[in-house]
Amino acid sequence: MAHESSYVPGNFVEKWIDDRLPIIRWSKEHLMDYPTPKNLNYWWTFGAILAFMLAVQIITGIVLAMHYTPQIGLAFDSVEHIRRDVNGGRIIQSVHATGASMFFAAMYIHMFRGLYFGSYKAPREVIWILGVLLFVLVVTTAFMGYVLPWGQMSFWAATVITNIVGAIPVIGTPILELLRGGFAVDNATLNRFFSLHYLLPFVIAAVVALHIWALHVPGNNNPIGVEVKSSRETVPFHPYYTMKDLFAVVVFCIPFAWFAFFAPDILGHPDNYIMANSQVTPAHIVPEWYFLPFYAILRAIDFNILFIDSKLGGVIFFAGAILVLFVVPWLDTSKVRSGTFRPIFKWFFWLFIANFVFLTWLGSAPAEGIYVLLSKVATAYYFIYFLIVLPLLGRFETPRPLPTSISEAVLAKHESPVTAQPVTASH
Amino acid sequence: MATQSNPALQDAPQAGRRDFLYIATAAVGAVGVAGAVWPLINQLNPDASVLALASIEFDLSGIATGQSVTIKWRGLPVFVRNRTPEEVAAALAVPMSDLKDPQTDQERTKAGHEQWLIMIANCTHLGCIPVGESGEFGGWACPCHGSQFDTAGRIRKGPAPTNLVVPPYEFISDTLVQIG
Repeated sequence: MAHESSYVPGNFVEKWIDDRLPIIRWSKEHLMDYPTPKNLNYWWTFGAILAFMLAVQIITGIVLAMHYTPQIGLAFDSVEHIRRDVNGGRIIQSVHATGASMFFAAMYIHMFRGLYFGSYKAPREVIWILGVLLFVLVVTTAFMGYVLPWGQMSFWAATVITNIVGAIPVIGTPILELLRGGFAVDNATLNRFFSLHYLLPFVIAAVVALHIWALHVPGNNNPIGVEVKSSRETVPFHPYYTMKDLFAVVVFCIPFAWFAFFAPDILGHPDNYIMANSQVTPAHIVPEWYFLPFYAILRAIDFNILFIDSKLGGVIFFAGAILVLFVVPWLDTSKVRSGTFRPIFKWFFWLFIANFVFLTWLGSAPAEGIYVLLSKVATAYYFIYFLIVLPLLGRFETPRPLPTSISEAVLAKHESPVTAQPVTASH
Repeated sequence: MATQSNPALQDAPQAGRRDFLYIATAAVGAVGVAGAVWPLINQLNPDASVLALASIEFDLSGIATGQSVTIKWRGLPVFVRNRTPEEVAAALAVPMSDLKDPQTDQERTKAGHEQWLIMIANCTHLGCIPVGESGEFGGWACPCHGSQFDTAGRIRKGPAPTNLVVPPYEFISDTLVQIG
């Protein structure tokens, strides 16, 4: 939100710094006085939770890298060494490993929040696109991180996922060998994945900065989706939302701590405690839970589509499931942002969420029998939601009347039992 | 800048020459950057030590009829199976019209050594290793995504697009085979 800074340097030193590097002015504008809609609910705290999780992953990751060895003969043992011998290593390793799951949980909620409240609509398209880009970067980073312990699941995840690239006609195989640094996943692959797994979090941090920069131009969306009309509808980010976010982070840390301290392996697979063996594939390989919906989509395409064989078809749908998110701002034709005021949209949205959870479950089921058929149905709805429902609903749906302002919506909510009295918004 | 304050310069014939200089400089710069970037990408390709293992010899004499072994070639697992006469007969009996990727059994083995089936063990779908002597077709079945192969390693059912790959190999003697 374009606004003049009210910052006045407090003393000689601040004045001297402000004339040379206005970092205190900048911090005050963007971290403290930044005007934030006063009606944000707890779904809006997941941005701060994600920033916290990125910091947790970077700090624990840097520490783990001091003890880890990216070499196929030593990698598996070095992770066991961290868990058994390194001081506090058991907790640091489990915070990092379960932290990935908590990161994805927060990210999915953050994305669904955006989808429900129409946060991707003009003028916030770039915020959304950067967010989808962040999702792709985090997926890539998490995948490479999962390979590092060099267990059976690590190895076969690396094999299966890099093979996806091999489905591209003509250039697929050369690119595959370029990615792996060999004809199969081997030491060269492990080494480069370690290098990139260390690099990408910093790239993510940079894109997060752009994401927040883009957010601070139009300002936050809010639960009613009506733009802020006056400064009386906003509160300064600090202390109002710093405290609210901090409280949310603390609550979020309760399940996180439970996983890290008491159930570090509950979301993992026993097979990953067997060292990687390129000669034997585990009987039932499953990715980590946060990749399962997309894995189910990949497996659902087991038939040829015209000249496209089933393997390439699966890859196209897999990639398409993520790429379609980039164009959501232009697929949704409704002028109303918030799903709260869209009676029919709500049904399709919650069906989409249920379908996404269903795809997660299907991704963990074996690729046989009824599961294959159900995966196809669920995959179809995933794409129908974005490509048919969102474009058409905007034309046919009659939205409920919107409040004229945030203030009106807030007052209506709190004073509705006493509507007999005229609302005098003079205080 | 001085050039902006002098409109005569912008309209002068030199403008075309100056554009050419800009484009030529940028082009040379782009080629230079590409030349510097290529080694940084090419280092990702399989290195000399990986390529050096391109050819191996393997002794078949220890493998009994009906037995399979998995060996390693170029880092890839390779199935070597001494097929039973029933398996060979079953493979020969399959009509071409039943196959997604039509190939005769003779095309997948060497003349005079039809019992030996040698192929890369990675499923042509996404690279898992199928389990031998299983599935509906008596050959291999992939645990990952459900592809099924017959006794000649040909794809019969499931998402794999092609038959299991037969690597280049030849028989040096009746019991010695060279792969690669």
